[in-house]
Amino acid sequence: MSIELKNVTKAFGPVPAVNQVTFSVKEGELMALLGPSGGGKTTVLRMIAGLEMPTAGDIFIRGRRVNELPVQERNIGFVFQSYALFKNMTVAKNIAFGLKIKKWKRPDILSRVEELLKLFGLEGLEKRYPHQLSGGQRQRVAIARALAPKPSVLLLDEPFGAVDAKIRQELREWLVTLHHDLNVTTIFVTHDQEEAMEVSNRIVIFSRGNLEQIGTPREVYEQPANEFVARFIGVMNVLDTVVSGGVARIGEMQFPAHDQPEGCLLRIGFRPYAVQISTDLALFPYRAILRHTFFLGIMLRLELELPSGLILRSRMTKEDYAQLGLEDGRAISFQIRNYRVLARESAGLPTEKELSYQLPPTIGEHI
Amino acid sequence: MASPIKTRLRAARNPSRRSTEESPVVKWLLISIALAFCLVFLLLPLLNVFAQAFAKGWRYYLESLYTPDAWAAIRLTLLVAAISVPVNVVFGVAASWAIAKFNFRGKSLLITLIDLPFSVSPVVAGLMFVVLFGLQGFFGKWLDEHNLKIIFAVPGIVLATVFITFPFVARELIPVMQATGAEQEQAALTLGANGWQTFWHVTLPSVKWGLLYGVILCTARAMGEFGAVSVVSGHITGQTDTMPLHVEKLYNEFNGPAAFAVASLLALLALLTLILKSLLEWKEARDLARAQQPAPPDSKAKPQMPARETTR
Repeated sequence: MSIELKNVTKAFGPVPAVNQVTFSVKEGELMALLGPSGGGKTTVLRMIAGLEMPTAGDIFIRGRRVNELPVQERNIGFVFQSYALFKNMTVAKNIAFGLKIKKWKRPDILSRVEELLKLFGLEGLEKRYPHQLSGGQRQRVAIARALAPKPSVLLLDEPFGAVDAKIRQELREWLVTLHHDLNVTTIFVTHDQEEAMEVSNRIVIFSRGNLEQIGTPREVYEQPANEFVARFIGVMNVLDTVVSGGVARIGEMQFPAHDQPEGCLLRIGFRPYAVQISTDLALFPYRAILRHTFFLGIMLRLELELPSGLILRSRMTKEDYAQLGLEDGRAISFQIRNYRVLARESAGLPTEKELSYQLPPTIGEHI
Repeated sequence: MASPIKTRLRAARNPSRRSTEESPVVKWLLISIALAFCLVFLLLPLLNVFAQAFAKGWRYYLESLYTPDAWAAIRLTLLVAAISVPVNVVFGVAASWAIAKFNFRGKSLLITLIDLPFSVSPVVAGLMFVVLFGLQGFFGKWLDEHNLKIIFAVPGIVLATVFITFPFVARELIPVMQATGAEQEQAALTLGANGWQTFWHVTLPSVKWGLLYGVILCTARAMGEFGAVSVVSGHITGQTDTMPLHVEKLYNEFNGPAAFAVASLLALLALLTLILKSLLEWKEARDLARAQQPAPPDSKAKPQMPARETTR
């Protein structure tokens, strides 16, 4: 285990920003800490770095408890969201800073800086100052500076937050390649679920200081541990249904619920890809009008309007769309291939806030 | 309401004038009032200082500067500045650091206290020290017993000057330090630097212009201070007279040209300060403009890894 957190809590004032968090990161892993802003993910990262002290709990780096170890001695590389380059130093001096502090010999520093400049495609820029660099270059300098003293862990706080969308995509791929080449244990913080899914080996999902789920991108997408994760990762249709006569209903939609008491409220969720569409109106049990088609590149998102006024989202490839001969305003039939019961409440659904982060899925594992 | 066409026509007639600007009459009236005011109240008196100083010619000017008393005053002024400026640099850096980096109780009180010398009359400031260290004062008896002289001696002048000038460095540094933020310093920490290395390599370089600016203002004031110094100095010619006090004394002795000669030195100092200050501002503005201009196009910007066999 490269990094281990055990029941780590951090409180600023009375409210815990991070609450009893336990997880571990394997050597060489590329891990994402994902969650909405204010979820506590950056605080976790800063505690691993030693920039914040945990209020309770233990942090281990390579088996050694580091709670009392000052930031300078943890041998971590940290990349700040704003990069925090030393603006009065050139690119080469920025990268060399950690080596000088660690009293490397001058020829060693020069060759290490040279090596990193080459590795990061920054040759020719070594005499420039940070303000003379583009956003992407600044980020690469920041990562090079953090990696220069050969840290055991690389920590990145929202590494793609400050660059525009086009460069962001390239940087993501670049980070994966970099990690693949250097194989240094890497943890990065992001609020962008797509980014986390694309880049990381595993994802830790936080909300309001609580750890909601740890898993591979596939696991958190296909088997979300709770409603919060289900809704945060990807798009989900969510329906609040009422059970009557062993069937959970809303509008014309019906879901089997034999084992549920009469009048019980069930919150049901399903992914857009689980909505199967046909132009043959007799093929599937439900009818709807294709209200609007959104073009998202190779995938299309379809908005279906049921006669009762319910709106559902579906998705399909352009090819399937063309094959079916679909167009906005067309009447279709559809079925739900699989779904999940996100929450149940006998007396009445609690408000969304209270509900989403606490109730575990107890029944109806249909996915 | 003017039609778009009319607006465009008017804009074409007077291309430099924006719709939010005042009419030319108001504009020129305001500019001439400001200029006239500066001329009458600032520039003419300043020129007059030099005119009076040279009223009896070059020789007299130099002679009145070469008297032992004038020399003593110049030396004392430089000594006082040489002590009080470094003291205030240390205090200013410490105070602005504390205010910018930490949250603590009494922070706003500290900020208010730093401004105190600006709001207290210099004479009152001088009197405070007399009350504390004078013969009849709080520590007077103890000081007398140990044969220590503060009031009517150099230490008193230094104390009064430090008090008067201590907002300058701190005031200049606080906003700069706050703007710099803590991230660069934290980055230095994660790279293994200790507190002192971080301060020396990261904090200080990033606030150096603000610091220099504060030092210049502080120096100018330390040399020019009259009120507080006048109260504590005792006006002993050749011993506790600073340049401003010496000027006043010469003037009261109806030695106008000599008074103006020393005064012209002080005025020169002030002009030098202004020039340095403008140079600094100009440099800062240039740095800022450079920082804000878009990064140069970079041919190597493609953020892809240079080819490595393992990945291609």
